[in-house]
Amino acid sequence: MIRLIEDNDPTSFEKLKLLYPHASNAFIIGITGSPGVGKSTLIDALITQFRELDKKVAILAVDPSSPFSGGAILGDRIRMQRHATDEKVFIRSMASRGQKGGLSRATKDAVVVFSAMGYEIIIIETVGAGQAEFDIANIAHSIGIVTSPGAGDGIQAVKAGILETGDIFIVNKSDKLDADASVHQLNMMIEMRKSSKTNWKAQVLKTIAQNGTGVKEVADAFLSHFDFMKNNNLIDQKRNAMEKSYFNSLLKDLILEKLFLYMKNSEACKKIEKEIQSGSMDPLSAAEFLVNKLIVFKNNE
Amino acid sequence: METKNKIRVLIAKPGLDGHDKGAKIVALALRDAGMEVIYSGLHQTLEQIIQTATQESVDVIGLSIMSGAHLPISEKLIAMMKEQGLDNVNLTVGGVIPFQDIPKLKEMGVAEVFPGGTSFKDIITSMNKLFE
Ligand code: B12
Ligand SMILES: Nc1nc2c(ncn2[C@@H]2O[C@H](COP(=O)(O)OP(=O)(O)OP(=O)(O)O)[C@@H](O)[C@H]2O)c(=O)[nH]1
Ligand SMILES: [Mg+2]
Repeated sequence: MIRLIEDNDPTSFEKLKLLYPHASNAFIIGITGSPGVGKSTLIDALITQFRELDKKVAILAVDPSSPFSGGAILGDRIRMQRHATDEKVFIRSMASRGQKGGLSRATKDAVVVFSAMGYEIIIIETVGAGQAEFDIANIAHSIGIVTSPGAGDGIQAVKAGILETGDIFIVNKSDKLDADASVHQLNMMIEMRKSSKTNWKAQVLKTIAQNGTGVKEVADAFLSHFDFMKNNNLIDQKRNAMEKSYFNSLLKDLILEKLFLYMKNSEACKKIEKEIQSGSMDPLSAAEFLVNKLIVFKNNE
Repeated sequence: METKNKIRVLIAKPGLDGHDKGAKIVALALRDAGMEVIYSGLHQTLEQIIQTATQESVDVIGLSIMSGAHLPISEKLIAMMKEQGLDNVNLTVGGVIPFQDIPKLKEMGVAEVFPGGTSFKDIITSMNKLFE
């Protein structure tokens, strides 16, 4: 099913419509951070924690496609292979593929499938800090931001505006020097950030993902953030925001799809393309002209 | 606008054999040929390989075997693939494979065999051919 979504198979849309009503119960966690900080290793350890609570867990690991060949090496899973045969764990890798509607649509589609399949916790791994071309905050309930000591991540985080979205901050590789300095720095930056819309106090936690040190605390922190949202009526608010964002990306996709299909067969469009090429019309005027002509809203609709 | 369907390949090293150089290099070559490669690492059990291939909905499983155990491993995996319903998945095998074993592997149902020394170009061409 996820393969159909990735391949933009026309049957996937109808199937998603059927699944959507059954896809509202999962707790969705986004894990993001610079390359190599230990996101996949941390997720592997988190799976162990959530499995101890007998939760069904699905992982969606997103890696960039090569801009040159369009191929990809999907290497996150290698860190989680010990869970491969656990029937209550589903791990799926996804390449960013220059998806038409952006990665957010394909990611959300996959989350809908997992949720409808009864997975209670869904963890999404993305490379953050500028590289993620979509806003994971519109897909996940909780965002965990992973850094490692001495990587200069703190400053990067501020630059990318990533600090504003984090609910839990994890300083991984705390077996290395300077972990406490990173914790301190993050704490200061969190103090400084404009008080967020909710009263949730972002936490900074230290882990050694490789041997599981501190990971239980991270799992607990995510679960208590979810409880916090439930107790403060934030879940419904979040759902509204998520649905709005999904709706927007779907709209963009569907409109583009329809428009391009139309344009492929339209003589008028071909004519205008020729006019751009010959220089008798500039691209700005051409685009404006076409869109005004193609999209006409009737009054009172 | 359509996303072109990509060939998804799982590269896996079954058993205790720790030679991963070939597997890693081939993974890079396949990526550069536009494929999506899932590398699941060393020491995979056949159960792990089957589950991974299922969850990742791959088109090809590429085993890399340098231990000499390619015949029994391939035979067992093919039986398990049938059992799991992975009928549309192609199995390919690379590594240290004596030439006299290639017909035996193909008879079992292995789609392609790439013994040491096969050029990347030949590997990519044969892989693409499986989907023409
Ligand atoms: C380098 C090497 C090592 C390195 C491995 C480094 C590493 N991380 O990979 C080290 C020194 C660690 C090593 C150790 C050992 N080795 Co060694 N090693 C080799 C050697 C010399 C080259 C292998 C290699 O990397 N080739 C380069 C790569 C690019 O080629 P390739 O892997 O064959 O891949 C090509 C194809 O096979 C194919 N391919 C391979 N995989 C895949 C996968 C897919 C999906 C596809 C499409 C294609 C494909 O594409 C590639 C390009 O053509 C071979 C000799 C040989 N002729 O192969 C022995 C060899 C494999 N080793 C051997 C042995 C015995 C050992 C040891 C047991 C020695 C010992 N007694 O300790 C240990 C065991 C290590 C272990 N844990 O398993 C034997 C195996 C004998 C057998 N099959 O019966 C060999 C054949 C040497 C020999 N002639 O005896 N080894
Ligand atoms: N010393 C130390 N190394 C770690 C720790 N956690 C992970 N690593 C190592 O860091 C490297 C990268 O780990 P990954 O989990 O692949 O990192 P990642 O953030 O998922 O990487 P990308 O997905 O490539 O961005 C691996 O070699 C891990 O073994 C840790 O707590 N301490
Ligand atoms: Mg990773």
